[in-house]
Amino acid sequence: MSTIKIRVAAALAAALFVAAASFAAGSASGADAEVEIDQFAFFPQRITVMAGTTVTWINEDDAPHTVASSSKLFKSKALDTRDKYSFTFTAPGTYAYFCSLHPHMTGAVVVEAASGTDAGP
Amino acid sequence: MTSDQRDGRGVSRRKILECMTWAGTGVLWTVAGGMPRSIGIIGEATAAEASRLTFLQISDSHVGFDKPANPNALGTLEEAINKINALGVKPSFIIHTGDITHLSKPSEFDDADRIISQARLDVHYVPGEHDVLDEDVKLYRDRYGRGTKGAGWYSFDANGVHFIGLVNVVDLKAGGLGNLGNEQLEWLEDDLKGRAASTPIVVFAHIPLWSVYPAWGWGTEDATRALDYLKRFGSVTVLNGHIHQIMQKVEGNVTFHTAMSTAFPQPAPGAASSPGPMKVDDDKLRSVLGVTDVVFRRGQQRLAIIDQPLQR
Repeated sequence: MSTIKIRVAAALAAALFVAAASFAAGSASGADAEVEIDQFAFFPQRITVMAGTTVTWINEDDAPHTVASSSKLFKSKALDTRDKYSFTFTAPGTYAYFCSLHPHMTGAVVVEAASGTDAGP
Repeated sequence: MTSDQRDGRGVSRRKILECMTWAGTGVLWTVAGGMPRSIGIIGEATAAEASRLTFLQISDSHVGFDKPANPNALGTLEEAINKINALGVKPSFIIHTGDITHLSKPSEFDDADRIISQARLDVHYVPGEHDVLDEDVKLYRDRYGRGTKGAGWYSFDANGVHFIGLVNVVDLKAGGLGNLGNEQLEWLEDDLKGRAASTPIVVFAHIPLWSVYPAWGWGTEDATRALDYLKRFGSVTVLNGHIHQIMQKVEGNVTFHTAMSTAFPQPAPGAASSPGPMKVDDDKLRSVLGVTDVVFRRGQQRLAIIDQPLQR
């Protein structure tokens, strides 16, 4: 197989992977994901996204909550009912977070490298 | 509540015996109309009225809350203050165990102050997590923090009773419970040093200092260290809020008690999928909101804790 053919195959595979990842994140645009805060819990509690994804939390509870990174990378102000908070994850890694008002509420965002940035022949 | 009931005379001996199966010789505890109430102290029916100290606990006003569980939390706070003003025995002061506001907004603090000041009593506050939503706890401390340490802890004395207000709602850790922190615990140890073991102690803080229900965060991570410093004292009363319902436990010389909210009830531990505000029938709301009356008589080991719903 020629070098050119391998590169084409890799590009096709990468394109498919992006499509699959977008689908897994459950969003239409491919760059957004949503986490619901409901019944004193984050749902989904653990979400996997591609680097560059903006995650939006929306509070559906009658009580205020916050979204606070355990490593202090990000922290929302107190979100009242229907308030939203967004953060864009650019670097791969696992980001644990919790509600600083009700710390028994915990969650995680797993960020995977966007395909194409490290997919070589 | 009449003074008869407060002294335990309004309750039959059989009822007392029924109620003391778990409470040992401690606080008389009864259930009337489905509502648990502590109504006095066993064996104190004839206690002398001299050297009596009465104070009130209010908690969880959540001024600003307007959800279905109570669209008018300011109104029910005012009803609670009216109830205090109508008491036969004027209390010496009020303790507020936190969640004065719902969202730490200056306007909410203003409204709370406007209503609570109608009682014309000194109020000793500790913050709830809803009062410290600004990162540096400035809003709370600017109003209530004078003469306090750290995030707002302090102690004072009244009628020979030593009162300690603790803060367990700041710097909470992921996956954890309420938190006192090392600095505050060291201060507490120092504050208690040299005090006679016979000094009655009242500790008040927002989140319960005992493990009520850790799955909902209803407990304080490092409370055991605080209770360790307190164990040599003959009479310790711990007053908390946060869980919007009455709970009581007696452990050795320590009586733990949580107060009702003046804003909205929360479910019993594990009785719902989450501890969020609980909607009850409109005509039931005032039976699950209220204030707590505490009476101390010199020479008596335990304080009488009397929960008073807004409406029976």
